[in-house]
Amino acid sequence: MARRALPIGPAGWLGAGSASLVLALSFGTLGAVLARSGGWGVLGPADWAAVRFTITQALVSAALSVLLAVPAARALARRQFRGRGLLITLLGAPFILPVIVAVMGLLAVFGRSGLLNGALGALGVAPVSIYGFQGVVLAHVFFNLPLAVRLILQGWLAIPAERFRLAAALGMGPPEIARFLERPMLKETLPGAFLAIFLICLTSFAVALTLGGGPGATTIELAIYQAFRFDFDLGRAATLALAQFAICIAAALAALRLATPSGFGAGLDRRARVQWGADGAALRIADALILTLLSLFLLAPLCAVLAAGLPNLGGLTAPVWFAALRSLGVALASTLVALLLALCLALGIVRLGGGRGRALETIGMLALAASPLVIGTGLFILARPFANPATLALPVTTLVNAVMALPFALRALLPAVRDEDEGYGHLAEALGMRGLTRLRLVTLPRLRRPLGFAAGLAAAMSMGDLGVIALFADPGHATLPLQLYRLMAAYKMGDAAGAAVLLMALSLMLFWLFDRGGRVDADA
Amino acid sequence: MLTLERLEITQEAFHLTADFSITPGARVAIIGPSGAGKSTLLAAIAGFVEPSAGRILWQGRDLGPLAPGKRPLSILFQDQNLFPHLTAAQNAGLGLRCDLRLSPAEMRDVGTALERVGLAGLAARKPATLSGGQQTRVALARTLLQARPLMLLDEPFAALGPAMKAEMLDLLAALAAETGATVLMVSHDPGDALRIADQTILLAGGLARAPQPTGALFAAPPAELAAYLGTPGTRPQRGPHKP
Amino acid sequence: MTKTDFSALMIAGFLAAAPLAAQEKPVLNVYTYDSFVSEWGPGPAVETAFEAVCGCDLRFTSAGDGAALLARVLLEGAGTEADVVLGLDTNLTAAAAESGIFTNHALGPVAFDLPVDWDDPVFVPYDWGYFAMVYDKTKTASVPADFKALAASDLKIIIEDPRASTPGLGLLLWVKAAYGDRAGDIWAALADNIVTVTPGWSEAYGLFLKGEADMVLSYTTSPAYHLIAEDDDSKAAAAFSEGHYLQVEVAARVAASDQGDLAERFLAFMISPAFQSIIPETNWMYPAVIPPGGLPKGFETLITPRKALIFPADEARKARKEALAEWLAALSR
Repeated sequence: MARRALPIGPAGWLGAGSASLVLALSFGTLGAVLARSGGWGVLGPADWAAVRFTITQALVSAALSVLLAVPAARALARRQFRGRGLLITLLGAPFILPVIVAVMGLLAVFGRSGLLNGALGALGVAPVSIYGFQGVVLAHVFFNLPLAVRLILQGWLAIPAERFRLAAALGMGPPEIARFLERPMLKETLPGAFLAIFLICLTSFAVALTLGGGPGATTIELAIYQAFRFDFDLGRAATLALAQFAICIAAALAALRLATPSGFGAGLDRRARVQWGADGAALRIADALILTLLSLFLLAPLCAVLAAGLPNLGGLTAPVWFAALRSLGVALASTLVALLLALCLALGIVRLGGGRGRALETIGMLALAASPLVIGTGLFILARPFANPATLALPVTTLVNAVMALPFALRALLPAVRDEDEGYGHLAEALGMRGLTRLRLVTLPRLRRPLGFAAGLAAAMSMGDLGVIALFADPGHATLPLQLYRLMAAYKMGDAAGAAVLLMALSLMLFWLFDRGGRVDADA
Repeated sequence: MLTLERLEITQEAFHLTADFSITPGARVAIIGPSGAGKSTLLAAIAGFVEPSAGRILWQGRDLGPLAPGKRPLSILFQDQNLFPHLTAAQNAGLGLRCDLRLSPAEMRDVGTALERVGLAGLAARKPATLSGGQQTRVALARTLLQARPLMLLDEPFAALGPAMKAEMLDLLAALAAETGATVLMVSHDPGDALRIADQTILLAGGLARAPQPTGALFAAPPAELAAYLGTPGTRPQRGPHKP
Repeated sequence: MTKTDFSALMIAGFLAAAPLAAQEKPVLNVYTYDSFVSEWGPGPAVETAFEAVCGCDLRFTSAGDGAALLARVLLEGAGTEADVVLGLDTNLTAAAAESGIFTNHALGPVAFDLPVDWDDPVFVPYDWGYFAMVYDKTKTASVPADFKALAASDLKIIIEDPRASTPGLGLLLWVKAAYGDRAGDIWAALADNIVTVTPGWSEAYGLFLKGEADMVLSYTTSPAYHLIAEDDDSKAAAAFSEGHYLQVEVAARVAASDQGDLAERFLAFMISPAFQSIIPETNWMYPAVIPPGGLPKGFETLITPRKALIFPADEARKARKEALAEWLAALSR
């Protein structure tokens, strides 16, 4: 049915407002760096090699993450077992860990003296090396597989139970369910998930460098680092950052073009048990195997982190605990900001629709391609005339963390906002529900689950993100990730391991609380 | 009085014209083959579809500039008439105040309306725990509370069994009689029209014809109606069974 | 957490972040790298000790590592709030000097306990150390005596990236200083020994302690930490016959500072025993002027390289571009 042409409306303006903030933080900071440098830099052959390597590893990492996530998400969606909720929460852990902690965990399992090579050695098999292209991809899959699983799982859970009921009534088995229900859902979900992970891997720096084995694994972000601090060449840094944005926008446009709405419509929130027609022994065993492998792959490194740090947890000193409190405050504040931005943007995207909607959606993903170093430096240049950057450390960290979490929050909210609009938009309009009334009575209750999930992600990510605090650092007010790095720099690797456990525990706790808050008493 | 003034609706290959008025307090069925545009006509009156030409007037006032919620009408869709996360009372209460900030008196009115549609004691239930008929009653209670002079119904009872549907139609007729509302009801079942509609609009071939007395129309159906009804011949020969 | 708790926490956070109420005392702003000011670095003790004698408020501002510190100072330019910048090394001082931001000190001749002569008019050293390959004595039996032996061995090493880390840059210049035009060949020979290249010292050292490699690029003083703080004598630095590259960490006054006298007093304090005695067991480097009490017990066990290698500042700047190109070419294959 053709829609009445609606005016831009408040949702559109709010969406545009959020988008402007993201643009200001991404291109505004880039502009500031550029203005300071006095002109674009020239990219050399090494820079182009970095561009090629960056795109290749991001493509492979994203493709592998998404491919592996599909069977895993399906197994999680269609099986009920004790500890399923806990497993889903724990699976989120790699994504929200600070890079250095996760890399240490990965190496404890896959490293030269890790568990895997220990086992292989005992069996007389030649060791496998994690260092090199395969290591970069392995680490990126480790980080992003959980995100892919969660995004795709959301897609599965968003198929109304009524549709599964219909499928069961028609005697559909797994192949037919896959064809008529799951594939349309995947067609809508996968491009977004792929895009998100591609963009995360695009700005990879520490992972690619640490596990890449050598300068052959130079990413654009590392090239930006070099431009900033080895060559003092701001112009080249800005040019590289622009290249990163260009790749991001091209990828976003391609992915959004591929994504097709699944058009399942709304259900009645029935709690009825979904009939999957997948009760055969072979499928049950296959799902159990998939979930076991997934858990092993994702949880073994976390257990290694835990094992290394737990004994040192009690010995952590006051500065670490204060840093933890500070990080909690920053995480909660940036969660609030991230949710507000994501909600405005999602409403704007859906209500505006069409090309304007797609433009907003692309901008929403832009923050992923932003170089933290460029954002930090740009903000520094912009803020310095007005205030001592050190006094802005926490507010700036809050804002930047929020914008960094925005793409994820947006991905989580957008499908639900679309469903709300398609399923209940006419009813709400017919009843004259507009603005805040509709937000309070329809949108927010319908979005409760994805809002909880998005809040959990944003909080945990902000908790674990070193972010720009390192550039704005105020010596007396370090966050927990910064304190962790300081412990390492002071040779205190044991205490750093303890701080890593604390950080992991707090991140997971925040994620669990928010995610659960979205589900308790929810009608879905 | 609802006036469709040289109304034209064009969507891709679809075209529909209407040019007539409906007398206040009338209960009018819209009948016609599927795909003829019955729902689209209602959607245009409700404000979800913009006419390509002409005007829709209520008591001489152009409804065009008004948003759906501001129009002097209530509407029931084929489905999705209730919010699954709100209780029966809240869903009905939206008819009084769409921000649900109800005064104690208004809450009493909601209770009365639910009782009136036969849902006493079910106020706190959510739609998923109600039967199809009960869900319809909640929607009707809301319409009652909205107390708009024009009620649009887009086959909201289609999913109900015959006995239940008859009950709902009677309830609707009674509610409309109480409030004096004009009813405009899409249906594909002549029985519905004959049961409560004193007039019927025949919509076929891109044209919505002015309302005619239901009995007379079915007694002597024009060619399009006869084709739709599956009665033989193109000339009025015999009417359908008289209720 | 309730809303009230939350806002209370945020308000507390932001209030704490706000600058302290204006004080009568003059303020000395010292920019330095992050690990200097951490609770486990020299910063807190230095602040207490200097404030006890200066009648001033010493404020540290931190920025990543040495290279990030220089990048920040260059970014701020002449308008920088810094009165003193502490934490550059000789590989960075040429660019720093050229910026014109810094000015001569007035310390006069100082008897530095450095392996090389020091008479720079602008930059004052406060500590120094030799880069070295650190290994675990209990795991590595045959220790290479130079880079060639290392390259010929099947020992695995972890190094830092010169583009992202100051020790990485130090190693780059070490090989360049030792081998000159043949540096590229050494790197090519070392390629199969290198497990990986990390963005910073912390990652490299952490990986080494996890057992990911036999040796790691660090300092000859690293074993002292394990010996003194952990009572662990298993770590040692390999003595290389080519000599070891020297890292001299320096501070300098900012020309545009309005606290010139105070800054000058800070530099003098910096080479005094009160400051110098803090350095060995917080920064784990050699003090630039050995305090009267001597070095902490344990430092005597450290190796003393036979030869100290170092490029003068302007040569270091010229050498690093070429050295980086050789490094990239040899290791990108």
